[in-house]
Amino acid sequence: MSKGNSTQTARKFDFFDVLYKYGTLITIVILIAFFGIMSDGFLQGSNIINILRSISIVTIIAIGITISLSVDGFDLSVGSVASLANAVVISMFVWYGQNIVLGIIVAIAVSLIVGMLNSFAIVKLRIPDMLMTLAMMFIVQGIALTYTKGATVSENMVMPDGSFATGTISPLFAKLGQVPWIIIIMVVVVAIVHIFLNYTKHGRYMYVIGGNPEAAKLSGIAVNKYRVAAYLLSALFAAIGGIILASRVMTAEVNAGAPYLMDAVAAAFIGLSVLGSGKPNAIGTFVGAILIGVLQNGLVMMSVPYYAMDIVKGTVLALALALTYYKNKG
Amino acid sequence: MSDMKRSRIEMKKISIEFPGVKALKEVDFVTESGVSHALIGANGAGKSTLMKVLSGAYNHYTGEIFIDGKPVNIRSPKDAKDLGIQIVYQEVDTALIPYLTVGENIMLDETVNDMGGKQFVNWKEIHRKSKEVLARLHVPVSTKKLASELSLAEKQMVLIARAISKECKYLILDEPTAPLSHAETEELFRIVRDLKQANVGVIFISHRLPELFEICDDITIMRDGEFVIKEKIGNLAQNQVVEYMLGKKMDQQFPEHNITLGEKCFEVKDFGDGTSVHDVNMYVRKGEVVGIGGLVGAGKTELCKALFGLSKVRTGVLTLNGKRLTYKTPHAAVKAGIALVPEERRKEGILVSESVTVNLTAVSLGKFTSLRTFLNSKKEREISRQMIASLGVKTPNEQVKVKNLSGGNQQKIAIGKWLVGDAEVYIFDEPTKGVDVGAKRDIFELISGLAAKGKCVIYASCEMSELLGITDRMYVLYDGQVVKELETSKTNEEEILFYSTGGK
Repeated sequence: MSKGNSTQTARKFDFFDVLYKYGTLITIVILIAFFGIMSDGFLQGSNIINILRSISIVTIIAIGITISLSVDGFDLSVGSVASLANAVVISMFVWYGQNIVLGIIVAIAVSLIVGMLNSFAIVKLRIPDMLMTLAMMFIVQGIALTYTKGATVSENMVMPDGSFATGTISPLFAKLGQVPWIIIIMVVVVAIVHIFLNYTKHGRYMYVIGGNPEAAKLSGIAVNKYRVAAYLLSALFAAIGGIILASRVMTAEVNAGAPYLMDAVAAAFIGLSVLGSGKPNAIGTFVGAILIGVLQNGLVMMSVPYYAMDIVKGTVLALALALTYYKNKG
Repeated sequence: MSDMKRSRIEMKKISIEFPGVKALKEVDFVTESGVSHALIGANGAGKSTLMKVLSGAYNHYTGEIFIDGKPVNIRSPKDAKDLGIQIVYQEVDTALIPYLTVGENIMLDETVNDMGGKQFVNWKEIHRKSKEVLARLHVPVSTKKLASELSLAEKQMVLIARAISKECKYLILDEPTAPLSHAETEELFRIVRDLKQANVGVIFISHRLPELFEICDDITIMRDGEFVIKEKIGNLAQNQVVEYMLGKKMDQQFPEHNITLGEKCFEVKDFGDGTSVHDVNMYVRKGEVVGIGGLVGAGKTELCKALFGLSKVRTGVLTLNGKRLTYKTPHAAVKAGIALVPEERRKEGILVSESVTVNLTAVSLGKFTSLRTFLNSKKEREISRQMIASLGVKTPNEQVKVKNLSGGNQQKIAIGKWLVGDAEVYIFDEPTKGVDVGAKRDIFELISGLAAKGKCVIYASCEMSELLGITDRMYVLYDGQVVKELETSKTNEEEILFYSTGGK
């Protein structure tokens, strides 16, 4: 017999509730204030731009993870997909001398193939999402490495036959990774996905599927179609992340996308608790990425060594998760 | 258990509060060993809560508990078990460990609590002891079988065996018969009688009145967290019990329903799902409520699901208004105008962590979009407010999460979403399961209203009184096949039961 708690109207001040809803935002404000006081350069406009630029790739990749989370899935392969897209787009320019449009299209197409494989294995073969995308992470990482033969792809690189690569990367492509475009792209991605998840029927269906796939199916929602779409979208955003990364560094280094995975996962999970939504959401993910970016930037300015950074990031993620799950338990 | 001295348990002025709800208000409860005692009340009356207090699931109640006049302190499940009070909860799967054997499951308490300094498990001993217990119950289940391979009824027997494997003076059964078939229920009753013989006090929570009259000696009735009456069950009639439960005279439960039937609308020919349902032939006319009767396990749920495009295989022909239906998924079935209110409400019918609005618009979201994409949330909320009013859903507003509503109100939402969706054929699978009497009436009215609008309604239930009350015609299923078509006005419970149990 379920006890109907519907009469629970008492609005007493609940510390945990406030912490849950505003904890992330409060933390960001405190951090900004703290770093602002501790180091002179932190609050300067150029540094703020710097932070936004530094989080843009993480945010875009994290948005992909957010979409996979919205159907109660999970995509661990996004970091590798970003590496692959990075390698493909740069090689298209440097090795094959293709133009921007074609390079980007090929990179995205390759990534979508990965997304399709993921969704086929998860939806049709019923492999648990976390395990399948973990396997896919290795596979794609290996493919990217094999494709580049373990080398860094860059303009004028030495080819295996001893000659030099002749292709060039157009300066227009380089613009994508520079301020303001990189920040604009990030904001546009966040805005589009926010609208998609909250104000379209497709987004609603995804949340419904994430909440109760069985009930969603029995409500006549095409569950599998949307799950496939979610993995395709997460691969798409990983690809965009990888392409932007390529334009920022203008090379394709070995496993360049891998380090973004954990930051992106952290951002998406921190985002769960933002404003008490309790659901994966684009704005929350953006806020999560800002939190990580502010932390990282501030710590660098305070001369904390880079190798200690992960300790702080991991701790922040654990605290954010504690907030989300402690609340869920109650 | 050997001494046949009657023991007596008394709970006095038990009160308990949960955030925002006073679940029990100074409830008194008395029972004895060797007696089976019915505890009954509508949903939310507090009977499960009271028994959870007795079995030590809560420690923040007030009031006193006495055994044989001596005050005892029950604040944890261990306290209760030490006093010989055992409980078997309704959700058997939560108490069993699926990948352990029957023997291990029965002896679980012992292996967890009574190992002392021993580090190694004595498998022989476990199987020997558990076999003994099962033999005492006359339950022929191998102790080597995995719990996951058992039927629901067997799982329950295993839990009862676990309860009596240790000293057991009082056994609480929380809605034990809800998922059981007729034969399994009989078997359970036999065990209850045996236990009574062995001087165990059985406390029996159930919604099914006839059962209680069959098996129980005493009855305690609760209402809204308060004690109403304790009586010898023989001194009360069934309708008196209902009156005490409701606190008012029960007016007619089923709505009047006089509709001129239209032509055949939904037809099912030689239909089957390849496994549990075969050769089903039936039709529904416009404005007709057609019942699917039969006992648990007869294939009612499977039939409903297959009709909704949910089975792996479908054979036979479905037609709606003369047009052949060829859908293969629920998604396509909904497009074709079929709606299903599934049996497992929380699992399949509603989205517990979403708002009432999201639930109500989930199947017809297309109606609330512009450019077939962007949601108009104002329109959504408006429709949802209308729905709440017309369904009589008790909720503070349309943004409340459905998990905060009571079972009956959740069911209204599960039905309501299809009313927003506007289908042609409505299939209801046990829609009143776990729903209190008041909400039941509302649901019957809804169904009757659908028929009045000329919809086809299929109503599957194992409650014969409901079939007799709400349907115009019914098909009785036995072993996955339609064995009889009955005209509701010309039949009775005995006849339905006769065909449901395989009579010819």
